[in-house]
Formats: sequence, C-alpha cells, structure tokens
Amino acid sequence: MSALDGNAIAGTLRDVFGSEMTTVAGACAHCGATHQLAEQTVYLRGPGTVVRCRSCEGIVMVLVEIRGCTCVDLRGMAGFHA
Amino acid sequence: MAGTALRGRLSWAQARVVELLDETEQVRSIVLEVPGWPGHRAGQHVDVRLTAEDGYQAQRSYSIASAPEDVDVVLTVERLDDGEVSPYLAGELRVGDELELRGPIGGYFVWEYTLGGPLLLVGGGSGIVPLRAMLRHHSAVRSSVPVRLLYSARTLGGVIYRDELERLGGGLIDVRITLTREHPDGWQGHTGRIDRSWLADASWPPEGRSLTYVCGPTGLVESVATALVELGHEPARIKTERFGPT
Repeated sequence: MSALDGNAIAGTLRDVFGSEMTTVAGACAHCGATHQLAEQTVYLRGPGTVVRCRSCEGIVMVLVEIRGCTCVDLRGMAGFHA
Repeated sequence: MAGTALRGRLSWAQARVVELLDETEQVRSIVLEVPGWPGHRAGQHVDVRLTAEDGYQAQRSYSIASAPEDVDVVLTVERLDDGEVSPYLAGELRVGDELELRGPIGGYFVWEYTLGGPLLLVGGGSGIVPLRAMLRHHSAVRSSVPVRLLYSARTLGGVIYRDELERLGGGLIDVRITLTREHPDGWQGHTGRIDRSWLADASWPPEGRSLTYVCGPTGLVESVATALVELGHEPARIKTERFGPT
C-alpha cells in the first residue's frame, strides 16, 4: 500500500477542523517530533484514514467516516502549534 | 459563495465543464467554470465528488493546473485504467457536464511570487500539474525569480504540457526534461530517473537558500527530497506532495 502525505487529506481536515490544517504543526505523542500535517505519512486505503508520524511511524491521527459523520482519534497527537 | 458558507467550512459547488483538452494519450485537462470561485493560490487543489445514480459517492483530490490569474479553473487528470474516478473524468466527461467540487484546499504546497526564490520545481508524471500552476503564476505576474524545472516523464509522448513548457523555457525559466523509459533518436535532453548526481548538477547552490517544490509518486518524492537534504538544502525549504492511485 502506497503512503501519501497530509496534502491528500487537506479537504477532510478542513471539513473537520473548520480551517486550513496542513500548515499546522502537530507534536507526536509517541516520539515528540513535530511536523506540519502536510508532511505526515497518510494511508488512505484502509477502512479509515491513518496518519502516521513522519519520524517514528507511530499513529498520530485516525479518521473514520460513519453515516456522514467523521470520527477523529487524536490520542497519538500531543498537541498542535499554529 | 463565501458569504453563505459556514464558519471556515467549505461548501460543495457545481462546476460546469467548458472545454476538454487532451494533453497526452492518458491525460486530459478539464476547463471548468465555477460560479463564485473565491480564487486560489498556485499549488492548491480541489476535492471532486461524483455521485452515481444509486447514491454511491466517490471523492478525489486534484491539483489545480491553472494560475490564480487565469479566468477558468483547470484540472488535469491522468486516467488510471483501474481507477474508480479518473476513467470517468479523463474519458467519459463531456463539455456541458457538471461536477461537484470544493476548494481551493491546502496551504502547504503553495508558491506565490512574494515567497521569492530561486525556485527549484521537481515533478514526476502528473506531478507537473501544481508546478504548472506555479509557472503560469510566475509568468502572469512577470516575476523576476529564476526558476529551474526538472521534469521526469516515461516517454516524450507522455510529457504533459509539452508545447507550453517549450514556450516557457528560456529566459528566467529553465526547463529540463528527463525521459525514463524510452527516448527518440537524437533526444538532447536527460535520460533516466532524477538521481542525486543530476540534482547535484541541476539544483541551485544550497547557500542561495532556494525554495524547492517536489511533486510526484511517493518513491520519486522521497528519493529527491532525501538527495537534496544530503546535498545541503534546508529541509524546511523543500516542500513535498506525494500522489498515488487511490
């Protein structure tokens, strides 16, 4: 499965968070590395969208759409820095 | 349109196909009229949503190929034969048809003349699309930033925007094409993949703090970005966008 990057989910992120998110930096809860969301590794082909840390490959975000609602799991993200 | 949108949310808009242009055998440009289009920045994309008669929806993200200064919004789509959306967009779509789209989207892989340069643009296959928007923007505002484009295609026939790139080349824009699979007799350009030695020769000196945009399949993007960092380029000044069959 080919990995893409956060640019590929810019529209979904904008929809969920209500603003442009790809230039927002997020800190990984696993290794502490900070990357802009556009730079993170993104897998689109699973049942949901998985976003992994560019440094440690830990899961930082999972997005799943269920009956028109997008559920976001952010447990792997320590915080955002605008 | 912006006035009726919810706070920060993007609404889906109806776009009408006004022209279709075959760029290569597999690639087509779709010229769209989008009422209320708020304008975009070079490098941004849109989401396109298709709805089947039974209500099934498929959504894909496509880079905008036109410059902010162009009148219409242009998408350039490569037909992937096992794809779900691209065979329709690059094959069955007709002038007068309507598409649902939302955008512009993205703020990371964006170049505006105010960001300066020198600019290094590296593209593979249809990764040229957002770079073409940047080149058109550069020309439209008569930017004085020197630009070098390194573009990798499999064959000469697969070079997207070939005529336009030939016209743009020269002066401030230096266009260099490499053909990876086959090349015609007498081909004067580069052959083979974009590798570290070509990048060492063709990139700007790192001390000039050039700004780099790399777009293409994941493998190309990663090898080019890694090589540029090894050559001394600042990682924060290398912007990447990966695409793949989805």
